[in-house]
Amino acid sequence: MAIKIKPQKVLSYLFLGLMAFIFAYPFYNVFVLATWPSSQVLSFPPRFFFGAGLMENWQQLFARIPIGKNFYNSLGIALLSTGSVLFFCTMAGYAFAKFEFRFKAQLYAFVIATMAIPGFLNIIPFYKMMVAFKWVNTWLPLIVPGMAGAFGIFLMTQFLENSIPAELLDAARIDGLGEFGILIRIVFPLSKPGLAVLGIVTFVGSWNNFTGPLILLPRIDSTTLPVALSVLNSRVDNNLGALMLGNALTLLPLMLIFLFFSKQIISGLTAGAVKG
Amino acid sequence: MDKLNARRRNLTPYILISPFFILFCVFGIYPISYSIITSFFNWPLLGNAAPKFIGFDNYANVLTRDPYFFKALYNTVILLVFGSLMQHVVAVPLAILINSKIIRSKEFFKTTFFLPYITSTVSVVIIFGLLFDTNYGLVNWVISFFSEQQKIRWMFEPWGIQAVLAFILNWKFIGWNMVIYLAGLQSIPSELYEAAEIDGASTLRKHLSVTLPQLYPIMFLAIALSIIGGMQIFEEPFILTGGYDNLGGAQNAGLTSAYYLMFTAFKAYRLGKGSAIAWLLFLVILLLNGINRLAIKRLQR
Repeated sequence: MAIKIKPQKVLSYLFLGLMAFIFAYPFYNVFVLATWPSSQVLSFPPRFFFGAGLMENWQQLFARIPIGKNFYNSLGIALLSTGSVLFFCTMAGYAFAKFEFRFKAQLYAFVIATMAIPGFLNIIPFYKMMVAFKWVNTWLPLIVPGMAGAFGIFLMTQFLENSIPAELLDAARIDGLGEFGILIRIVFPLSKPGLAVLGIVTFVGSWNNFTGPLILLPRIDSTTLPVALSVLNSRVDNNLGALMLGNALTLLPLMLIFLFFSKQIISGLTAGAVKG
Repeated sequence: MDKLNARRRNLTPYILISPFFILFCVFGIYPISYSIITSFFNWPLLGNAAPKFIGFDNYANVLTRDPYFFKALYNTVILLVFGSLMQHVVAVPLAILINSKIIRSKEFFKTTFFLPYITSTVSVVIIFGLLFDTNYGLVNWVISFFSEQQKIRWMFEPWGIQAVLAFILNWKFIGWNMVIYLAGLQSIPSELYEAAEIDGASTLRKHLSVTLPQLYPIMFLAIALSIIGGMQIFEEPFILTGGYDNLGGAQNAGLTSAYYLMFTAFKAYRLGKGSAIAWLLFLVILLLNGINRLAIKRLQR
């Protein structure tokens, strides 16, 4: 039996393979360059394989920026943002999905509409406000304003509409559980898949945020990884090896998360466009 | 007792949704209305000089005397066309290809194409800065096999800066758009294709007369999101061209509207003028989305 090879199929795979290479190579390149000492990062032809400068870059990186502190800030802000978003958005999503109340449709439409407001419209007065609050160089301006974000409310409303039977809630009410008790003991435990999606998406967004910390955390030891990296990048005495290692350290946590949760991340991030 | 419980239950949903509305009033509505007011003042960020009411002067200044505003708007629109709208030209065929029966390991390709979307802009821009380096970059190395001409000075030519920015935007967001179109493709009823097959339509014909029209609604949405995002592009050019000091690199080729807005407010410290730029930019976005709506309506007819 002869195996028929369709040229159409071969061409398709070649094309997709080339595209996949273009999308993946820059990531590989970061990790390769992170292992070359600064003076050897640039070469012609370019570096394709790993070098032996990792330790040197590590020392240089820690000597140049307070990267431990930056990592701590990034992680702390991302975790606290995620925690509060999960809490407040589930609350609001529960109300929109499982209660009937006056103006519900209008209020929900309003929440959704706020997502279309460009961020730059309020950034200048917002900055003045943060100066007045004395919140500059603290974590608060990067956590508090987004604690009950519209996107999270949308996601949790969508999720809760289909995942918690009304009879279960009625039964809990008959058993005398208060509304807050229902939220804690029934709604949260039953929304784990939805919480996972929203949690990962929020974490990723916070981890990658650049403009926020650029304006609000101007001090190098109170800022986050992306801003510290950009500072390192724009220095005149730029140490390329250290920069690439910092870059790799910023990328690595997200790539690991994505490796395990790509399905949740993709469905969560595109939910607004696909369902909306 | 029952009455009290009922009333408490009536209030519950309002309490549950109140955090959003409280936060939105404090950190959304208040600053946004404040920025309208600010735009009518000469309002320096530093010092104790009192803000001075100057009417529409900030707007007049931006629209008639400022050489950068229209330059930045022009750059933004160029990037919007070649960086953001171009994505759809690639993403739709890519989604169709991945969705077709002949391709297996769909999840692998989907994941790979999506990865750039979730990576930090700083990381992405730093690495592309090196890949497009004049002397040591991979891109010029590859080009050197095909062309004997002088190496391209990507980061020193205005068109080079814009090409690199457009490439980065395509690279970062094509996967995202592709996933959206994949979802759209999967919701097209298969009867439509069967009908086309009975009529003896070729594969290309089927996609042109069945797939594309069915995708119009989702295309409208995806393009609207691209416009909103594209007109706000700040991080990529800001990092690639070296921050406020370089103002977009050679001939300000990388200076986008949002970049200029940030510069005006946080480097030139002119909050009033910055707010005026913000509102003008907002009007441009509304206008472009209106055009998008009209175009899709025309197509659907």
